[in-house]
Amino acid sequence: MSHHTSKVVAIMTNDISTDIIYPGRFMATVLPTETPQYCFADMTELNKRLKNKEIPPNSAIVAGANFGCGSSREQAVSTIKGHEIVIVAKGFARIFLQNSVNLGLKTVVCPTIEAAEGDELEILSDKVVNVTKGKSFPIEPLPQARQAIVDAGGLIAYTRKRLLEKTEKK
Amino acid sequence: MSMTLVEKILARATGQSAVKAGDVLEPKVDLAMSHENAALVINQFSEIYKDTGIPLKVWDPSKIAIIFDHRVPAESAKTATNQKKIRDFVGKQGVTKFHDIRGDEGGICHQVLPENGYVIPGSVIVGTDSHTTSHGALGTFAFGIGATEMASVWTLGTVLNVEVPGTIKVNVNGKFPVGVYPKDLILYLIGKLTAEGANFKVLEFHGEAIKNMSTSGRLTLSNMSVEAGATSGIVPPDEETVRYLKEEAGIDFKGELLKPDLDAKYDQVIEINVATLAPQIAKPHTVDNVKPISEVTNVKLNQIVIGSCTNGRLDDLEVAAKILKGKKVAKGVRMLVFPASWRIYKEALKRGYIADLMDAGAVIMNSNCGCCLGVHQGALADGDVSLSTTNRNFKGRQGNPNSEVYLCSAAVAAASAITGVITDPRGAN
Repeated sequence: MSHHTSKVVAIMTNDISTDIIYPGRFMATVLPTETPQYCFADMTELNKRLKNKEIPPNSAIVAGANFGCGSSREQAVSTIKGHEIVIVAKGFARIFLQNSVNLGLKTVVCPTIEAAEGDELEILSDKVVNVTKGKSFPIEPLPQARQAIVDAGGLIAYTRKRLLEKTEKK
Repeated sequence: MSMTLVEKILARATGQSAVKAGDVLEPKVDLAMSHENAALVINQFSEIYKDTGIPLKVWDPSKIAIIFDHRVPAESAKTATNQKKIRDFVGKQGVTKFHDIRGDEGGICHQVLPENGYVIPGSVIVGTDSHTTSHGALGTFAFGIGATEMASVWTLGTVLNVEVPGTIKVNVNGKFPVGVYPKDLILYLIGKLTAEGANFKVLEFHGEAIKNMSTSGRLTLSNMSVEAGATSGIVPPDEETVRYLKEEAGIDFKGELLKPDLDAKYDQVIEINVATLAPQIAKPHTVDNVKPISEVTNVKLNQIVIGSCTNGRLDDLEVAAKILKGKKVAKGVRMLVFPASWRIYKEALKRGYIADLMDAGAVIMNSNCGCCLGVHQGALADGDVSLSTTNRNFKGRQGNPNSEVYLCSAAVAAASAITGVITDPRGAN
């Protein structure tokens, strides 16, 4: 399992909704190539840092429970993925988690995570090590059904494989 | 083996005699619904077919529903162009359940589906909208998915790797007091469960209060089940479901009315008696920040919204019209009403509700989702406070992060329109 170090760029509360991640008024914009500009649009400081490329890929946002609750809008996932940010949360809302798996956004379920802005995290296959604090926190693995999609390289690739199998059978 | 209602539906959709929570399945889809976000689904669908040499073709054009409702008529050239792209796709693929921007058959997707008889008890329904849970009101397993997952459904006709959810049984007994409605019940339940209390689970509604509830009220319960994180909110279908299908959807349903087994295993059982329930308010900025109306005092309002897939049906408009008939919306308050479908709009016109609301000062808008999620009309000013019968009050939800949204029933909204502050509707008439 590969691992990397991620700097915490923001700490967020419980129940961060998809309206916070990607406000509804930008929903007419759908393409993953165009959505990253509106990432956390109403958190103006964070949005500015993202747009100015001040946040390097593999940085982490650490959040509380129920991250991504609310609307099923997939832009909420593609907008974060566009910045290659990893979300370490105490828990995720169902549709957001499934969309992340489908699109390949890195999400880590870490129910006991403790971190502050600026901390360095090492994300391993079974735990998150807060290198700055010298503490580690266990990860809840993805259910097997979801891991299969991640392993295939996302849902597009997974479904394409199934489509080809189905067509060959005919 | 004893099964919950969703377990029974999933067993049927996968051709098995029994399934249980935690099983991973690939159920057949009976109905796949999208709205304007079909533009993204089309994009992802084309990606799946890219370089395969296989001609682009949806699995079954009669099982796909596309309803324009989020931004109608288009508020921008971008939306209009997306809608055009979808219209072209619908034509090429022969999608039959397509509702364009028309006054004779359109409306909000979660109202258009049931009232057109597309929602059949016992079926599996997916939609690229989180409030797809609504259709559980007619005894279906209905849940929201993302656009890429919908593209996969369009390709294969199944939903991949569905983990059978556990179920929370909600027993609702007692008789609703005057002035208290299904919206108050679901707000109360969400407050009790919290916004993540039902994550990855199904809410299954039972009890005499549910038995005596109209399908319209049940739609409100199922609709907002997702606000407690639920995958789905389901009401076992009964005589009322059959009546609704026949009288309001034009379907003579003769199929089996699946019921959960009496000894089905539930993760949790919640008992609620509505006889003592008061009108409930969800305060900013989370839907689970719920308080009885007596604890929400002196909230001055700038805008009142009645409408949406949650509470924009005929009974909601009736309640509001009765309260507002011969009265006036308070000065300085804007009241917006958007019926859940054009069919409802037309019926409300016939019955005089629309005239009563207009005479009181309400603005009647076309049937669409727009202002619920801040994408089309009814935006709030900095510092504005909105009281709304819609389903979400997240920061920025109605188009401005510097505003506040409170959620309530149509009765509370109407009573409050007269006073300009959040007002208990009990005794308003």
